[in-house]
Amino acid sequence: MDRRLSHSETIGLGALGLMSLIGLWAAISGFGLVPDQFLPTPIAVIGRFIDLFREPFAGFTLQQHLSSSLMRYLYGLLLAAVIGIPLGLAMGWFRTLDDVVTPIFEGLRFIAPIAWVPFAALWFGTGIGGPIMIIFAGAFPPCLINAYRGARFVEPRLIEAARMLGTGHRRMLMEILLPASLPSVMAGVRVAAGLGWQSLVGAELIVASAGVGFMMVQAQASVQTPTVMAGMIAIGITGLLIDVALRQGEGLLRHRLGAD
Amino acid sequence: MGLRRFLIGFATLSALGLLWYGATSVTGLVSSGRFPSPIETYTAFQQIAWRGYAGGTLPAHALHSIRLVAMGFAVAVATGVPLGLLMGSSRKAEALINPVFLLIRPIPPLAWIPLAILWLGLGDAAKIMVIWFAAFVPAVINTFSGVRSIEHPVIEAARMLGTPPWRFVMEVVAPAASPMIFTGLRLSLQASWTTLVAAELVGALFGLGRVLNLAQQDIYPGMILVGMIAVALCGWMTTRFLAFGEARALAWRHFEAKPAR
Repeated sequence: MDRRLSHSETIGLGALGLMSLIGLWAAISGFGLVPDQFLPTPIAVIGRFIDLFREPFAGFTLQQHLSSSLMRYLYGLLLAAVIGIPLGLAMGWFRTLDDVVTPIFEGLRFIAPIAWVPFAALWFGTGIGGPIMIIFAGAFPPCLINAYRGARFVEPRLIEAARMLGTGHRRMLMEILLPASLPSVMAGVRVAAGLGWQSLVGAELIVASAGVGFMMVQAQASVQTPTVMAGMIAIGITGLLIDVALRQGEGLLRHRLGAD
Repeated sequence: MGLRRFLIGFATLSALGLLWYGATSVTGLVSSGRFPSPIETYTAFQQIAWRGYAGGTLPAHALHSIRLVAMGFAVAVATGVPLGLLMGSSRKAEALINPVFLLIRPIPPLAWIPLAILWLGLGDAAKIMVIWFAAFVPAVINTFSGVRSIEHPVIEAARMLGTPPWRFVMEVVAPAASPMIFTGLRLSLQASWTTLVAAELVGALFGLGRVLNLAQQDIYPGMILVGMIAVALCGWMTTRFLAFGEARALAWRHFEAKPAR
């Protein structure tokens, strides 16, 4: 923890770091130290990335793969939020429900989402249902846990006041617990979005007939390293955009809550 | 309170067990092609435990997977924690490395699997590489923020006493950041298991993921369930092991928490 760096120093050093990474990559691949199939040049990967938008690979162009990935992803994430958040809030309010669900949940939590792949394929097929179940398995726990924690740590004063005014269970959940735990819920959704995206990639690598992950496995099988790396770039950029969008949404929501 | 919780939990799990038995074996509501009955699961367990499945017995597969996780995790800790310490203690290092990190981080570790297979094949090396990638990021991030959240008086005191850089990092920064470092290691371990299972499902010659993969191809639900339980148990065991290490390493926290009288 030395002195703070000036703005230009930060940018200069950052640029140096990035340049050395890309320079190293370009040098190793460009001078033929390794075969092209092992590590293509950065330019070849970028070129392939752009080409994939025009010429289909594994049946579809990159944007078609991406949109089929995103559709599954949204379904899975939505399902996790729609089930996980209300259940978490209700567990925070009704103690018996908490006692019933917690042991099941704790038992299931140790199963990595990806380990559900065989059953997901068996139950829902490899088209759209199977991957959705894997995304759900990845995104559900953070939705549930954060809603539960949010509901448990609502200021007791709010609950007491609402109770004193004779609020029923339904209104208590909807009008007290949900708004009061919204920051925690939103943070949970953001974590869920990240884990869901990760699970989607895993699911598509193993069971899928379209999607970016599927494209990458097909490319790997035919030793097309540039296509594999282009897929990684597409996945990285999309994941980043999802995170940025959710951060913006969270900020907006906080702002509104603060302003209200 | 504790008793009530225990009783309800026990009742729930018993009811689930009965429901499982009832839906599969007694009424046949759930066909055995979709989910195995308890007896089918036990038969599958017997088969893999004694005669073996997918080229080995259950302990052999489990040990293989645990070994890969342990190796990938160890490499990730050995590289991630020092890097986090370095980035935390030197703003120059942070400025240099952080952009590279930001560039690579959005790529989920699982997305490295096809590249790892292209580079290193279906054997152990590819798995260790992917686990390393998965476990590295949480190790670095948490170590870094652990260092940055150290109270300033501690650092200033060490500085004032003229602590040389090496001792400063090893005896002041690392211990003070260790609670956060262990949080990172827990996340790393979790990521390691997820990644290993995924990598083994995509392609492997041996291991618990290989068992799952073959059971899926054979449409053998009993074996799928056995594989899943085995993965969960292995993950649970390694987590306990890490928690034990954490309790040993951070024993001082208990003393600190007590009021000094």
